[in-house]
Amino acid sequence: MKAGEPEEFIVDGRRLDGRRMDELRPLKIEAGVLKRADGSAYVEWGGNKVLAACYGPKEIHPRHEANPKRAVLRTYYSMAPFSVYERKRPGPDRRSMEISKVTRQALESVVFTHLYPMTAIDVFIEILQAQAGTRCAGITAASVALADAGIPMRDLVPACAAGKVGGHIVLDLFDVEDNYGEADLPVAIVPRTGEICLMQMDGNLTQEEFEQAFELAIKGCMQVYEKQKEALRKAYEKRSEE
Amino acid sequence: MNQDIIADIRKDHVERLLDEGRRVDGRGFDEYRKVSVEVGVNERAEGSALVTLGRTRVMVGVKLAVGMPFPDMPDSGVLTTNAELIPLASPTFERGPPDEDTVELARVVDRAIRESGCIELEKLCIEEGELVWIVFIDLHPLDYDGNLFDACTLGAIAALKNTYMPKLEDGKVDYKTRTEEKLPVRDTPVEVTYCKIGRHILLDPCLEEEEVLDARLTVGYNEKGEIVAMQKGGSGTFTKEEIVDIVRKGREKAEFLRQHIPG
Repeated sequence: MKAGEPEEFIVDGRRLDGRRMDELRPLKIEAGVLKRADGSAYVEWGGNKVLAACYGPKEIHPRHEANPKRAVLRTYYSMAPFSVYERKRPGPDRRSMEISKVTRQALESVVFTHLYPMTAIDVFIEILQAQAGTRCAGITAASVALADAGIPMRDLVPACAAGKVGGHIVLDLFDVEDNYGEADLPVAIVPRTGEICLMQMDGNLTQEEFEQAFELAIKGCMQVYEKQKEALRKAYEKRSEE
Repeated sequence: MNQDIIADIRKDHVERLLDEGRRVDGRGFDEYRKVSVEVGVNERAEGSALVTLGRTRVMVGVKLAVGMPFPDMPDSGVLTTNAELIPLASPTFERGPPDEDTVELARVVDRAIRESGCIELEKLCIEEGELVWIVFIDLHPLDYDGNLFDACTLGAIAALKNTYMPKLEDGKVDYKTRTEEKLPVRDTPVEVTYCKIGRHILLDPCLEEEEVLDARLTVGYNEKGEIVAMQKGGSGTFTKEEIVDIVRKGREKAEFLRQHIPG
């Protein structure tokens, strides 16, 4: 047993933070929060606080990266040094490079990049405070920021993880569950078609457990999707009033 | 521009063949290329393997060193996985600091090795909180013809199972004297990669397929057939059913790969 590991993850049918097995942490999404960005979003998801900004389509630098057939989508996932218990060294590390890549690929599946050849669309994700599940919070925020910037997309991309803790399949792991649990399965989907555009897993699951967790993660994504749409609607209402 | 058009033509070609039920190299959709694994190929490494997967060739070296444990795991050895995509192996690999593909490869291979718990890291403690063994796995593709994930994971576990502890004297490693003692390894995780091109799902993409794929899914399995790692790649998507199906049928392919590990 690792230091700090709880003896039990589930007490009286409740998780350590009081949630039921299939319950998300409180999720709040706001669109259009930054003045300078073309589009932006703020996501508060349990103890996660995440900002995303979208710039573009714009001229691409360096020029040789330009693609004559489509816009180049670039995503940057970054964690603030003060976002975690032990200070994170600033700048990209291996983990954030990988997350940037899978985030980009997830978003590429919905953005109509072919409409803007020779340009770049940049998405910056900044994790200000982390409590596990930051890649899902980041993707969720990023797709709202893209939509807020008016980038044509075939759908939003909600993301949510499921996993296994203390032998139970649960939705949306928070840090204690993520650190000491048995498995984590982040998923992002294209809700209107049900396609899966991000899928990762670490830990240990049997086939049955995997299918159960996968199903649960998709359900979580659908709940996140509703919040994303609501955030965009509110942003536009506010703009039409102004 | 030219490159881009060529890529489109290639994709058309590959996909049209698949529509007729054929792959560019004539394999079945659910078939691996020829696999071979040789271990103990490098005398300087404590463990090593050379994996051939079709025309893809990867050398994996395991080196052991001693050092400080992580503060939160004072009685446990340390595992570090690194990949290097050297320009010798492909005209598309470039010198310089690791790019995101290199980092992804190393991390996805690491995921299967780490999450399966195959290395008995708790046995690699020399002095609690002070000195532990550090296991370095270096993934070194030599000839890149697609599907480095499966080849590198197979090479990594084959090399680990063939790793001998060097002699330790007064907290210093004597690399020239190898003991009879093997690195404690209790599981044999492997990774299986499928890709999606158009509407087709294919096992073990070769380079020509990898260059035009819409999406890929890598799944790591332990000996029991439990899932220990997953990574989806590519800008395309899978349906839910496709993923569940890949995870199911990948299990027996994992067993097939495992059989190629000597010893």
